Amino acid sequence: MKELKDSTKEAIAGYSFLTPNFVGFLVFTSIPVLASMALSFMKVDLISTPKVFQLVGLKNYQTMFGDVYFWKYCWNTIVLMAAIPFSIGGSLIMALALNQKLKGIVIFRTIYFLPTICSGVAIYVLWKFIYNSDFGVFNTLIGNFGQFFHIPLKGPNWLTDEAWAKPSLIIMSVWQTVGGYNMILYLAALQGVPRDLYEAAEIDGANSWQKFWAVTWPQISPTTFFIATMSVIGGFQAGFDSAYIMTGGGPNGSTTTIIYYIFKNFYDWGNMGYASAISWFLFLVILSITVLQWKVFGKQVHYY
Amino acid sequence: MEEQLDVQSLINEQKRKKFLQAFMLYLFLIAGAVTMLAPFLWMVTASLKQPGEVFSYLKPWWYDWIPTSFVWQNYVKVPQVVPFVRFYLNSIFVAVITTFGQVATSALSAYAFARLKFPGRDRIFFAYLATMMIPGVITMIPVFMLLQSLGWIDTYKAVILPPIFTAYGTFMLRQFFLTLPKDLEDAAKIDGCSYFGIFWRILLPLSKPALATLTTFTFMGNWMSFMWPLIVLNSHEKFTLPVGLAYFQSFHNTDWTLLMAGSLMMILPILLLFIFNQRYFVEGIKLSGIKG
Repeated sequence: MKELKDSTKEAIAGYSFLTPNFVGFLVFTSIPVLASMALSFMKVDLISTPKVFQLVGLKNYQTMFGDVYFWKYCWNTIVLMAAIPFSIGGSLIMALALNQKLKGIVIFRTIYFLPTICSGVAIYVLWKFIYNSDFGVFNTLIGNFGQFFHIPLKGPNWLTDEAWAKPSLIIMSVWQTVGGYNMILYLAALQGVPRDLYEAAEIDGANSWQKFWAVTWPQISPTTFFIATMSVIGGFQAGFDSAYIMTGGGPNGSTTTIIYYIFKNFYDWGNMGYASAISWFLFLVILSITVLQWKVFGKQVHYY
Repeated sequence: MEEQLDVQSLINEQKRKKFLQAFMLYLFLIAGAVTMLAPFLWMVTASLKQPGEVFSYLKPWWYDWIPTSFVWQNYVKVPQVVPFVRFYLNSIFVAVITTFGQVATSALSAYAFARLKFPGRDRIFFAYLATMMIPGVITMIPVFMLLQSLGWIDTYKAVILPPIFTAYGTFMLRQFFLTLPKDLEDAAKIDGCSYFGIFWRILLPLSKPALATLTTFTFMGNWMSFMWPLIVLNSHEKFTLPVGLAYFQSFHNTDWTLLMAGSLMMILPILLLFIFNQRYFVEGIKLSGIKG
């Protein structure tokens, strides 16, 4: 047998290194994506025997567009994204403060990151407790405040009052994300702003405020745009853990987000086809935001 | 003489201004730190109270923040009320294997994408990139049905296998490999080193920071992972910590002291991992610009 050419050998090596990941990628990502599309055109019943897989065309999508609950939960998802501007603004302010040459920055950075690091079931259990209307932190403080001035003050029923449930989740979300990934990205961006731009601005007699708006803000705007689009993409998929642990999607469906509705349809009610249709709708929304991001940024966006 | 005094006072003025600025900054930073830490402090305090103590309405404000009793017994009681030790071991098992699988398969494919030439490489890589924007919820239902038809529901396989194959790890390591100089590898190639030899003996040792970053990231993600294990696991003795804790809180939702003790025990390993690896962590975020 003739000796293989070097380029052939390299190609064989390339495919072999790729194989473990690629096979898993096909089985658990590529094929399921297509299967999910197919399911979204089907009525699926796994409980009766034999199992039913019946093509129904666009019926699931028609149901979705006529489903008042679906639209309500889309609205909920969007309202809960009110946390994003507060979180981004806060991240920037914190990054600006941390960017000063001060001692102990690493300690502060670590502390600010803790809520993001610990996010998950434990933190939602904790916040459910914090928001408890009888003995939670907020209502204890409000009650104490009232007692001090001899007024009978009672805080709201944070998680069980329809008017307060969303603001409660928004406050928690800001706490959770403000010192997290976005702050680190801002910090990196701030360190990348060329020093001579500030020096030029100083020569022109700019004060700190003017320097921020004339130099810093435009220089870090790609980061802001990146963070904003990533947050919106994340926002559309958010709300499962908190709804499951803290509110059960209530009161009166006011904290049910799209993803929680998909889970309910799929897992609790067995509507696989309908759940797939909603996931595809969600995917298309996210896709359009991503395309917008690419249009503005080119494919470089992830590379930073 | 007069001019000199002027300069001196100007310097003093500037020093005072600088000091005031630093003082205000620290004040702001400390206020931020207090906000971030307060819920955790509260968690610790609550976990050390007597069961009835937390319920007293209109207690003094400091009562929530300064432990007045130290019921360490709560931490002992948690494993007696729910199979907490079992959940813990399950979580360690699942998180370690998943993380190892993710890092290993990512490193192999990242090497292929970064260093080897083969037909279709860039197209496949683009497909990988594209899948990073597919929401996980899209693949959830078909993968669940696949596992169901294989009879894998309620097994560890079902929890561990699907998340192993991530485009994210491949992408991140590829980016890092591309920054490494090629000279060493070329020299090794001339000396007759195999591709796997180059990968194992040269590339991996040079990539320790990136590997540490990816390992930290993925381990934390796996430790906290909730929705997927919740969907595929049914029997209590297989629950991972988040699922177990959710189950615990749905059945014992008045045992707040125990719930807080359990929650604290759940986040403790993550806390320690983060504090020790936070340098890698920050680098990793800067490297990939991606939110975990």
